[in-house]
Amino acid sequence: MDRRFECMDGNEAAARIAYALSEVVAIYPITPASPMAEHADDWSAAGKPNLWGVVPDVVEMQSEAGAAGALHGALQKGALGTTFTASQGLLLMIPNMFKIAGELTPTVIHVAARTIATHALSIFGDHSDVMHARTTGWAMLAAGSVQEVHDFALIAHAATLRSRVPFLHFFDGFRTSHEVDKISVLDTEDLRALVRDGDVLEHRARGMTPDAPVVRGTAQNPDVFFQAREASNPYHLAVPGVVRQVMDELAERTGRRYDLVQYHGALDAERVVVVMGSGSGAVEEAVDSLVAAGEPVGMLRVRLFNPFPAEQLVAALPPSVRSIAVLDRTKEPGAVGEPMYLTVVAALAEQADGRPLPRVIGGRYGLSSKEFTPAMAKAVFDELTRPEPKRHFTVGIYDDVTRLSLPVDTDFRYPRPAREVQAVFFGLGSDGTVGANKASVKIIGEHTDLWSQGYFVYDSKKSGSVTVSHLRFGPDPIRSTYLVEDADFVACHQFGLLEKMKVLDVAKPGATFLLNSPFPAETVWDHLPREVQQQLVDKGVDLWVIDAYKVASETGMGSRINTVMQPCFFKLSGVLPADEAIAHIKAFVEKTYSRRGQTVVDRNFAAIDHSLERLVRVPLGEVTSSRRMASTVPDGAPEFVKRVTTLLMAGDGDRLPVSALPVDGTFPTGTTKYEKRAIAQEIPIWDPDICIDCGKCAIVCPHATIRMKVFEPGAVAGAPPEFLSKDFRSKDLPGHRLAIQVAPDDCTGCGVCVDVCPAKSKTEVRHKAINMEPVGEHRDIERTRWDYFQSIEPLDRSLLPHDSVKGSQVLEPLFEFSGACSGCGETPYLKLVTQLFGDRMIVANATGCSSIYGANLPTTPWTVNAAGRGPAWNNSLFEDNAEFGLGMRLALDTMRGQARALLAKLSPELGVDLVTDLLAPADTEAEIEVQRRLLDQLRDRLAGIDSPDARHLLALAGNLVRQGVWLIGGDGWAYDIGFGGLDHVLSSGRNVNVLVLDTEVYSNTGGQASKATPRGAVAKFAAAGKSTGKKDLGAIARAYGNVYVAQVAMGANDLQTTKALLEADAWPGPSLVIAYSTCIAHGIDMSKSMTHQKDAVKSGYWPLYRFQPSEISDGRPFKLDSHKPSIPVRDFVASETRFAVLERTHPERAAQLAELAQADADERWRYYEQLAGVLRTVPHLSPPIVPSPDVQPEVDRDGSGS
Amino acid sequence: MSETVDLTTRYLGLDLASPLVASAGPLNGDPATARLVAEGGASAIVMPSLFEEEILHEEIQLNRALDAGTEHFAEALDYFPSIPELADAGDRYVATLARIKAQVDVPVIASLNATTKGGWVRYARRMEEAGADAVELNLYRVAADPTLTGADMEARDLDLVATVREAVGVPLAVKLSPYYSAMANFAARVVATGADGLVLFNRFYQPDLDLENLDVVPRLELSQPWELRLPMRWIAILRPQLGPRVSLAATSGIRGGIDVVKALMVGADVAMMTSAVLRNGPGHFAAVEADLRTWMARHEYTSVDQLRGSASQATSGDPSAFERANYMKTLHSWAAPPGLTPASPSS
Repeated sequence: MDRRFECMDGNEAAARIAYALSEVVAIYPITPASPMAEHADDWSAAGKPNLWGVVPDVVEMQSEAGAAGALHGALQKGALGTTFTASQGLLLMIPNMFKIAGELTPTVIHVAARTIATHALSIFGDHSDVMHARTTGWAMLAAGSVQEVHDFALIAHAATLRSRVPFLHFFDGFRTSHEVDKISVLDTEDLRALVRDGDVLEHRARGMTPDAPVVRGTAQNPDVFFQAREASNPYHLAVPGVVRQVMDELAERTGRRYDLVQYHGALDAERVVVVMGSGSGAVEEAVDSLVAAGEPVGMLRVRLFNPFPAEQLVAALPPSVRSIAVLDRTKEPGAVGEPMYLTVVAALAEQADGRPLPRVIGGRYGLSSKEFTPAMAKAVFDELTRPEPKRHFTVGIYDDVTRLSLPVDTDFRYPRPAREVQAVFFGLGSDGTVGANKASVKIIGEHTDLWSQGYFVYDSKKSGSVTVSHLRFGPDPIRSTYLVEDADFVACHQFGLLEKMKVLDVAKPGATFLLNSPFPAETVWDHLPREVQQQLVDKGVDLWVIDAYKVASETGMGSRINTVMQPCFFKLSGVLPADEAIAHIKAFVEKTYSRRGQTVVDRNFAAIDHSLERLVRVPLGEVTSSRRMASTVPDGAPEFVKRVTTLLMAGDGDRLPVSALPVDGTFPTGTTKYEKRAIAQEIPIWDPDICIDCGKCAIVCPHATIRMKVFEPGAVAGAPPEFLSKDFRSKDLPGHRLAIQVAPDDCTGCGVCVDVCPAKSKTEVRHKAINMEPVGEHRDIERTRWDYFQSIEPLDRSLLPHDSVKGSQVLEPLFEFSGACSGCGETPYLKLVTQLFGDRMIVANATGCSSIYGANLPTTPWTVNAAGRGPAWNNSLFEDNAEFGLGMRLALDTMRGQARALLAKLSPELGVDLVTDLLAPADTEAEIEVQRRLLDQLRDRLAGIDSPDARHLLALAGNLVRQGVWLIGGDGWAYDIGFGGLDHVLSSGRNVNVLVLDTEVYSNTGGQASKATPRGAVAKFAAAGKSTGKKDLGAIARAYGNVYVAQVAMGANDLQTTKALLEADAWPGPSLVIAYSTCIAHGIDMSKSMTHQKDAVKSGYWPLYRFQPSEISDGRPFKLDSHKPSIPVRDFVASETRFAVLERTHPERAAQLAELAQADADERWRYYEQLAGVLRTVPHLSPPIVPSPDVQPEVDRDGSGS
Repeated sequence: MSETVDLTTRYLGLDLASPLVASAGPLNGDPATARLVAEGGASAIVMPSLFEEEILHEEIQLNRALDAGTEHFAEALDYFPSIPELADAGDRYVATLARIKAQVDVPVIASLNATTKGGWVRYARRMEEAGADAVELNLYRVAADPTLTGADMEARDLDLVATVREAVGVPLAVKLSPYYSAMANFAARVVATGADGLVLFNRFYQPDLDLENLDVVPRLELSQPWELRLPMRWIAILRPQLGPRVSLAATSGIRGGIDVVKALMVGADVAMMTSAVLRNGPGHFAAVEADLRTWMARHEYTSVDQLRGSASQATSGDPSAFERANYMKTLHSWAAPPGLTPASPSS
């Protein structure tokens, strides 16, 4: 039979089968499984039918727990259902998974296996999640390649219906879920053949119906529960046989033969490695190399982990085996060994039948997608040759603490097949490199007989992120499940990367190097860093250059250089004849972009046509350059930064030994300042002559790269001549000077500051007080200015009131230089919070964008002031952030209460006056400053008292200072997955401040709809525009009566935002601030981020208000802070792609939804207007009475103690 | 008496019930309001222009917006669901055209505004396929490039006319700006290139300054009655030059029946209105038609044919009155008409 080959990644390979075989698909986004759900949603929205001609109902739930519940219900009614998840998401499904298996309900959950967060979150792949689910009674089937994912998805769906046991089908997150491979695609006949109608009908027959009612989910007592639990044994016992049967049927149809456990290697092997998942690709290559060298080795691939095929495992081992190493891609601290090791040991022991057992050792590899190569696999085989191999080991890291790691011969290579091409591309996220490479993989895989593979590595930044693409093309199927090590072709799509990354390390001798260079071929050599010149010469590299940006710009492609670089790759790599390749590239462009318009296609064509003629070969010169690769951190950086962070920044984190890392996930804050990324092409330059001191540029700056300082003229006496300042316009501080300064190497060039600057030149209106200018012309001078600016002492915080934009912006931000997207709408709020309260706040941060740009290594933006104080930050989970923060508040209150009690108790020793002063209320900043000085005295006195009480008080004393507990997260958390907890915390009356950064979609996972998504907006999981309106979270919170609630939008009213945050902090009960946050997922020009916010408010789409439960002056707690709508909602939405695109895809629906959206806004405005007039009959609603640490303790004045 | 007046006319080969045509205006871009315009008495409807820039801008910008942030970050490889076939501005225009055609029984004229030849020309053909009874090509550009001569500009425009002429089989009108230095010559060449008629003249948003924000802003002003003078002059001049087979439409400043009479007398086949309809509603066509009938009846005109061109440059008593000779006279007789006071911004 002719088989169709297509290129796709593991997620698509799984989703195609899951979708075709399901009726109900309950989904929730989580990396790296989200694309499976997105595919299902896309197909459902497009009306694509499943195998039975029905369009599956794809429903997004509020959490994975919800998805599992919905799935459970659908299955119990007799539908075919599925879901997709990973990591903590799978853990949230576990309660339902027990039920589903306990009820013998056939279904499949497809898992892109991902690390469970422990000391840190990781989005990358290992088996810690699926291994945690192994007690649920689900069968577990592991795929190790994209082809296997496709095939095993079908095997799982077929086998679950036959066996009634639910299946967890898993594959390695990113390595397999995101690897693009050429695979043979199963057709509907394959699906029909394996998924038997009879099994489907039997499942239906078990569904709940009032026509034949039954009860499931009973409560059972000690008399029968145990027996009933054992009753399903035959079904579980039958699973291996069923899976084997289905595998055989698949083999018959496709020729691809799989087994439950599969042996590969020498028939007389003495050493065998047992492995599961994508790591088996690397082990297989090592085995082939070693066998070819005459070594008696082999491997066992485990496909079915649960129920574990013990008999088959033992039977598959050659009788010659002496020793076995079992590799686990997970860690279970404290266990005798990891799960597969234990299982294999038990299986061998059980099957031994009196024969001597081979020696079995167990090791961990590949946690969180750590590279696992044939060299590492060889290290494991080598270990088995030792007389006393480590019983437990790790491989792929250097463990200098517990000495578990194996030494790896890094020169060991699997010999690459003849005619194979390995290529590595360095680019930026914004230049289209990855997209073009995915296209190349598809072009070659789908249009030639060659096999192709693509794997893509992204850095952890959302702005200016670097991408590295690893591509392989060859005559044989590609098993290499690791990064390219010896590239035949290397391309660097960004000249600047040459100074930052060792791009040529991966090049093999004689490789071809393609460089996008702004310098012509004649002079480019002299612009190369010396290290690069050296490597080019040493390796005898064939160097080619092209000015791709010039070609892209001339052909209207802007900064997308992908279609310029791609033809050059084809020409130089020789994978395909250039003409043929160009025809394919054009066909691909046509297919991809024709639906977006002919103009886009035409421009791409023009870029392609002009590319090859600009490609020039450059002869290698002498190694003469005085340019050096950039050193990564300044000399003054802290020790940890120098020892650890520097290597992470340089991309050398893999080289760090175990001892270098903190044992408990604790890291110093304030490290972004050491990572000078210099990613902006243009930076804002201040013109003091025009400036009106408003502070708007500083308050909106998403990366805290525009700073404002006010100082006395004498303070800058030693300033360099370049330094700029002007008279500060202020009644409060006459005679002071003002400086506004950009941090040139931290700015992302978003341009938001320029957009909001209201001051224009009298003689040239386009010239503002701050203007974007090419960085090349200004970097040096701005560096000088910035260095000096940093040395100026910050203004005494008490000199200017903070409830103004200007007043807030002279305060030092303690959140700076994050990796958030250029123009991010969230980060200005965070920065402002830290300016106002940063030195006395603790943060509970929900998982999401803010936890990623807030704390993704290598560097983190939360920082400290000169006194070493700053926000203390932690992230628990996505779903529990409110509870997490509440816990902090509870701890703070109890510790503060104890401190106060101890103070009172120790007053005879400490002095009544000091104690009385310390117990006095200290709410304002001035009072807090006094209190801090008193605390210093207290600590001094406590040091001289030798008693348990004194020691405890010393430990607790810091809590006497009022600390703000900030619960921060996005709308996915607050409106959806964490809503239950948030609601509960708001109802508690406790003093927490909730800041919801509302982007109206799940931004971090790529724009999936949440309950904050407005009506008519297009988002993932709402491809046809969201039908229902946005949840009014503020209304729910206001209903409690004692919750401070504010809805803010900085771009519309920065002063109202500032006031709201100050009021939220001051309110002693729960506060909720809902902050409109523009996002790249809105499809807007992010440089106009704040203008969009303004329009959102002007149209009544986002009214500004503050609900102050403490209001007593006029008894009207609800203050409407925005004006009556002055533009229709349609004018606002027309400027945002998330709305506007619907008019292009579903015009009639767009018109209906637009009308409803206007009605929503009108109605909300009418309601709010009335609410603003509502007089409260309870004039002063304070928080409910909760145990308060501020109850004045009895101060022992007579010295007798109490 | 008025019933006996024959208002039928022929424009671009289309038989129209009256010379009152709804020129390209916002009401004609929506099927619901276009229907009211037709029911209100317009004998043909010109849809608002589809702008070349709109098509290009939308394709490029939308594509950029959908691509923004893609492949930057491992957790979010893109930010939008896969978008099926995107209807661009041209697609939407053509769809609206088809809907309007289905709702009205008067001819519908589609309008294209362009300055360059390009891929967008395919929409001219699609307009025809969607049922446009004619296409109006709106030539409007600001000659701001100092390296281009008037001849260059005219050559480009003629090239454009030829391109559209080639693309469509239905009648083609070309709407001109009044700023050609040799209008009579250019008009003749436009006709020679294949235009079936001319629409005189287009008027566009002129930029204004927002003094509060120091921004340049576009500002729409509805036309004033005095603006009819310019098309009247040129229709009077062109009618005899171009002959009776070339259609001429007067637009700008037509407010009442008297204005229509004037336009017809100087040689127009139709008089087009937008501003007056925006001010008074679609029913204004009926009112103007009644005025026209009354005037014609009172002055014993029996048909539009009779009226048309009766006072062109060739047929008027004072041919020089349409040329420079009367400039001095006009200035001397000038007294500020009420319509010339600065209009308030349109709302």
